[in-house]
Amino acid sequence: MSGLAYWLPVVWAVIVVVAITIYVVLDGFDLGVGMLFAFEKDPSDRNVMVHTIAPVWDGNETWMILGGAVLFGVFPGGYSTLLPAFYIPIILMLLALIFRGVSFEYRILAHTEREKIVWNYGFMFGSALASFCQGAILGGYVQGVSITNGIFSGSVMDWLSPFSLLCGLAVMCGYALLGATWLVWRTGGALEKRCRRWSEVLAVAMFFCIVAVSLWTPFLNAPYLRRWTEWPNIILVSPVPLLLVVCGAVMASALRKGSHRVPFFCALGWFLLTLVGLAITVWPYAIPPSLKLWDVASPISSQLVVLGGAVILLPIVLAYTVYSYHVFRGKVSAEDATHY
Amino acid sequence: MQHTHDVALLLARFQFAFTVGVHIVFPAFSIGLATYLAVLEGLWLKTKQNVFLDLYRYWLKVFSLVFGMGVVSGLVMAYQFGTNWSAFSLKAGPITGVLLSYEVMTAFFLEAGFLGIMLFGMNKVGKKLHYTATCTVAFGTLISATWILASNSWMQTPQGYHIDQATGRFLPDDWLAIIFTPSFPYRLVHMGLAAFLSVAFAVGATAAWHLLKERKQGLAASNPVRVMFSMALWMITIVAPLQLLAGDMHGLNTLKYQPAKVAAMEGDWESEGRAPEILFGIPDMKEERTKYAIKIPYAGSLILTHSLEGKVPGLKDYPKDERAPAQVVFFSFRIMIALGCLMILAGFASLWLRWKKRFYNSTFFQRFMLLMGPSGFLAILCGWVTTEVGRQPWTVYGQLRTVDSASPLMASSLTFSVVLFVIVYCFIFGTGLMFLFRMLRKTPEVGESTDGTVRIGMRPEIVESVRGGSR
Repeated sequence: MSGLAYWLPVVWAVIVVVAITIYVVLDGFDLGVGMLFAFEKDPSDRNVMVHTIAPVWDGNETWMILGGAVLFGVFPGGYSTLLPAFYIPIILMLLALIFRGVSFEYRILAHTEREKIVWNYGFMFGSALASFCQGAILGGYVQGVSITNGIFSGSVMDWLSPFSLLCGLAVMCGYALLGATWLVWRTGGALEKRCRRWSEVLAVAMFFCIVAVSLWTPFLNAPYLRRWTEWPNIILVSPVPLLLVVCGAVMASALRKGSHRVPFFCALGWFLLTLVGLAITVWPYAIPPSLKLWDVASPISSQLVVLGGAVILLPIVLAYTVYSYHVFRGKVSAEDATHY
Repeated sequence: MQHTHDVALLLARFQFAFTVGVHIVFPAFSIGLATYLAVLEGLWLKTKQNVFLDLYRYWLKVFSLVFGMGVVSGLVMAYQFGTNWSAFSLKAGPITGVLLSYEVMTAFFLEAGFLGIMLFGMNKVGKKLHYTATCTVAFGTLISATWILASNSWMQTPQGYHIDQATGRFLPDDWLAIIFTPSFPYRLVHMGLAAFLSVAFAVGATAAWHLLKERKQGLAASNPVRVMFSMALWMITIVAPLQLLAGDMHGLNTLKYQPAKVAAMEGDWESEGRAPEILFGIPDMKEERTKYAIKIPYAGSLILTHSLEGKVPGLKDYPKDERAPAQVVFFSFRIMIALGCLMILAGFASLWLRWKKRFYNSTFFQRFMLLMGPSGFLAILCGWVTTEVGRQPWTVYGQLRTVDSASPLMASSLTFSVVLFVIVYCFIFGTGLMFLFRMLRKTPEVGESTDGTVRIGMRPEIVESVRGGSR
């Protein structure tokens, strides 16, 4: 394989993993905040929670659209096999995201108590189902997809397994943790205190989820096991679990010491590390266990054209995203939440 | 493709048509409304007249709701190419996927990034920067329309590629040719004007409703409502005739590049010169003729070729398996044209009423404008039905058939998703429509924004709900 034909898909795989990571951590805390509605009954605090994400959730969700579009343009072989393979969880996820997305508006526009209740539940269950489906899709992806001649050849429920269910729960747990630590950062008073307590519980749950998924994954597929246990791989990959533990320890102490931002960035670190671990596990496959990156990639011209755009545009996107977060920085009070 | 998949294919087509049909209304609304908001805020900054800020705040709430519904229904579209049209995605992804990626990178992020500031940021960033945010969002909606129409136009009039013999994939050769396909400029202008017109009619109908209500209550027409009504009708007066011109040019372009579609639109079976224009009839695909046709002699040739002798295409020029279902296209096209004529009429009527100084007083005209409220959106839907059903049986015109584009899905999976989509969309967007009407029923609030503490997008409703429950 010539230089470009080899390296372009690799570069793109890195960009896609980065984009997915950005999506997961950004929309992760949005969805987490949605799920935490289940534990917060006070309408004023609920409004504060929503207000911490209301100005940014739309931009966060756009990373998911980017993921879909880039997969379509750069890895059409992946787009055209993964989406039919995960047809059911993807449709459910999209519908759940619809409920979540409109609830931002509808719960405020609701006139009667009953209407408010409907859209609070819509927000909560929409967030929960979307999170679960994302985890289940991830689990189904890691365990492998049946492909014949480059086309999905499995059955519509192949994705459903004890492993994918565990991954679904793990992602729900992780997003809730991101949401809770985000609220520690962005809210104050009694709500912040409660969020600290939730964060502790969720961090413990998430830790066990990570351990369980990590121990299970290598036994799904023989190459996965070799990747993590064979010499000298073991030296190269060992920092990942070590850093996970370090991150967890920092988070625990930061939560107790009353730090505002550190817990969120530690939770973010966990997601980063688990996604890196995942990338190491499945490399160089685009769709385990049969299609490699290069089997599913677009022609060079298409990859180059999108790459040119991405190199120029994504840094600009990131810049104004950071600016938008900067405009809405600081703790949100009940007072702020009424002013929109 | 095997016949066992016919049911699955029909379901997949229904699902796509249903979801995209619901979706397109919202972007059209957002495109027009974002531009209207930019104009309103600009006028406020320039003239310092508070009526423009009052209107801005009024329509910003609507924009927030409509944009939100557009985002969530659009997310579905970004994935539906893969879930339901995986064979198409695999073959055409290297071209359409690239155009969609550019849409996300240049438009969606821009809109989403500045929407937060537009909705919630007036107190935080100051007037100038806030106006910049509004303009950026408006610009983003237009960029988005440009890319998605480039993508659709490539599928209608593809060029700039070659097909890889081994895999059947469309490989890009010339990106400028791919973006600037022959039908692209016409489609872009036609759709852009349609979005502006739709919003002008929505705004006009809202104003008409308030004018009628205020008259019934014995009140004088309030200033924001009058301004709204007048702005909407100036827009309609100018844009509706332009749209006729753009539509005619788009039609001529279609005649050149997709004559089979034009034959279906016209219900013409024989290719002939001095062709009549069929005003009404019922095309029958089996009998290969248009029944009960009411014809105007020579008009078909005159409209399509701008000459009496001009030859117009007939469906019989094409093999039976390359004909679009003419019943659908014939009617959707005629409904669109009829609505367009009523729009132009509305514009001229408003001019006459302005001249007679009865513009704000004619209840008949206000009732007519109220009825015309959804006309723009209906016309958009009819136009898309015409162009999308009219290009059947192809997804990539002349190159890739719809039957060969579908995913390897079972009819059972599709039944599951179609049923879910219909139920959820009816509930979600039905509720959204209810909220929309509730908003529009309120009179624009006057003057609250005079004291400098401008609270853009503020929602007084939630203040009460929150006050009660704080700890």
